[in-house]
Amino acid sequence: MLQRTEHLTKRYGTKDGHTLERYLADGGYEQARRAMSMSREEIVNECKAANLRGRGGAGFPMGIKWSFMAPKVAPERPHYLVINADEGEPGTFKDRTLMEKDPHSTIEGCIIGCRAIGAHVAYIYVRDELHLAKDRLWGAIREAKEKGYLGAKPFGVDYPVEVYVHAGAGAYICGEETSLLNSLEGRRGEPRLKPPFPAQAGAFGMPTTVNNLESIATVPTVMRLGGENFSKMSALHPKEGGCRLYGVSGHVKTPGIFECAVGVTLRELIYDLGGGVKGGELLAVIPGGSSTPILRADELVNAPNEKDALHAWHGKSVLDVPMGVETFRGLGTMLGTCCATVLSTQACPVRAMHNLMRFYRVESCGQCTPCREGSGWLERLLDKIVAGTGTLDDLNRLSEVANSIMGNTICAFGEGTAMPALGFLKKFRPEFEEYIRTGGRSSTNRLELHAAAAE
Amino acid sequence: MAFQLTPEREQQLPEILARYPTKMAACLPLLHLAQEQNGWVSDDVIAYVAERLELSAAHVFGVATFYSLYHTHPVGKHHVWVCRTLSCALNGADAIVAHCEERLGIHVGETTADGQVTLHTAECLASCGTAPMMQIDCEYHENLSPEKVDVLLDRLRQS
Ligand SMILES: Cc1cc2nc3c(=O)[nH]c(=O)nc-3n(C[C@H](O)[C@H](O)[C@H](O)COP(=O)(O)O)c2cc1C
Ligand code: SF4
Ligand code: FES
Repeated sequence: MLQRTEHLTKRYGTKDGHTLERYLADGGYEQARRAMSMSREEIVNECKAANLRGRGGAGFPMGIKWSFMAPKVAPERPHYLVINADEGEPGTFKDRTLMEKDPHSTIEGCIIGCRAIGAHVAYIYVRDELHLAKDRLWGAIREAKEKGYLGAKPFGVDYPVEVYVHAGAGAYICGEETSLLNSLEGRRGEPRLKPPFPAQAGAFGMPTTVNNLESIATVPTVMRLGGENFSKMSALHPKEGGCRLYGVSGHVKTPGIFECAVGVTLRELIYDLGGGVKGGELLAVIPGGSSTPILRADELVNAPNEKDALHAWHGKSVLDVPMGVETFRGLGTMLGTCCATVLSTQACPVRAMHNLMRFYRVESCGQCTPCREGSGWLERLLDKIVAGTGTLDDLNRLSEVANSIMGNTICAFGEGTAMPALGFLKKFRPEFEEYIRTGGRSSTNRLELHAAAAE
Repeated sequence: MAFQLTPEREQQLPEILARYPTKMAACLPLLHLAQEQNGWVSDDVIAYVAERLELSAAHVFGVATFYSLYHTHPVGKHHVWVCRTLSCALNGADAIVAHCEERLGIHVGETTADGQVTLHTAECLASCGTAPMMQIDCEYHENLSPEKVDVLLDRLRQS
């Protein structure tokens, strides 16, 4: 059952939702004030009980990530909190709404987060294009500072906290956390080898926690409701707690961002929230950003084994499985950013893959040969297929190239390219073969809807 | 003549440096500030940033060339970025790009002869729910149609 909530989006509909006055009227900064008198452990435990899975794509449990930070802060090794608001994953547009419509929840989350990990400085890394978002965050920082919530003595407590916005400069890869740290340090945004992980050596070589912006903006809600109550909201409690932002775009009638309790199904997201498919029937959906493998509308869950986590949905449509980190891994895809892209039957899957592989070729940072060259090969092979001169052998070549990227790169961008590539090839094999045989005439051979159907 | 920040921009520098434990970390913000003034990142800008932050010119050049939003060649007064990634493409981005090219009389990557406008394509700009969309300088324009694009471009060419 679809359960809409309003913890993160309460102020979205109001004109002054971004102001301190409105935030305070809703009880804002009470949780930061309270956190100032709590121990690090108490805050981390609250977050652990919340079962908040990171909203940046990988779904790592937030409380556990916080607990990786050294319990004692050595004076010469300050801790840092870094917020990831690079939001570049194609199809994803949720963090932007938080920054533009309700920036104070992020700032309050930063104060609580700093306190929880022993940091005194938080950097919010925002992709440069989001000018309104940056302005709103800076504005919120100014307001919070004037009130004495930030600065030398937040809420009168001798625990300095400063928050700064750091603008990127146009590079998708800077969303990868170690690349982001290099970019923050004033370097080229090239990912670092792990280990060391950021909790050991992150920003400026110091212990660092990197959290997605939505993850941090949710923290005041966790504290207000209490971790356990927060978790229980979710249909997937206790594995994954709370509420989160769902997005839907592409061929739907009412695209947008919607807040719901965790456990929404793709069918609910597409038909109830997204208003249904425009321009035909549902062909397929990319569940959580372009790096998550595509699901076909006609796919059924295959989990005959009773021990299988998805057994309860065996034989049912993949559209009816609650969206969760583990459930979607079970489907052979990923939850990702929870922002789905919908393709109607008027969209050509070959063209869709071509569009996305071009994206990866453009955005590869170029450090690793398999990723740099592989992404180029994928695009060029698809150029050829789209031009009508592809062969069936090219399909095997596409798989080979994708497989040679997997596991052979410094960062997860490689998998993020290869997995969706293999997903398209596996799910749309007949369509790809037909396309090649007919030089594209078997397909709509386009992505956009025909004018009449667009209405 | 060597590049210098205007006095107003110069005043922002100490506050920027105070945010970070290293000078190097001010590299991206200072490049933004300098490009905003100069229009693009020239060799003079690189030399200036390197000197102010005690970095090698090679480091600053490496940074400037890594990121797509620093222009290391002269560009138009205004920038038009049309998003072409999947959600926008599903909603007609290719037609918007073609329309802009025709209307401006240039290809993607080029600048109009009067130096007013440079046309770019962009990868997903986090505005997929309001596709197709484009960014003009610092502003987003969403749910585009060719008619809407005409109004925006006409306004731009005159400003
Ligand atoms: C290529 C690539 C791009 C990424 N882009 C983003 C991004 O734009 N925003 C984000 O929050 N996380 C992004 N991530 C995930 C981050 O590396 C990191 O896992 C995340 O910020 C952690 O936050 P969370 O634990 O709160 O989810 C990206 C990862 C990869 C490999
Ligand atoms: S996998 Fe690709 S993006 Fe990641 S470090 Fe290697 S080349 Fe760069
Ligand atoms: S695909 Fe164009 S804004 Fe995301």
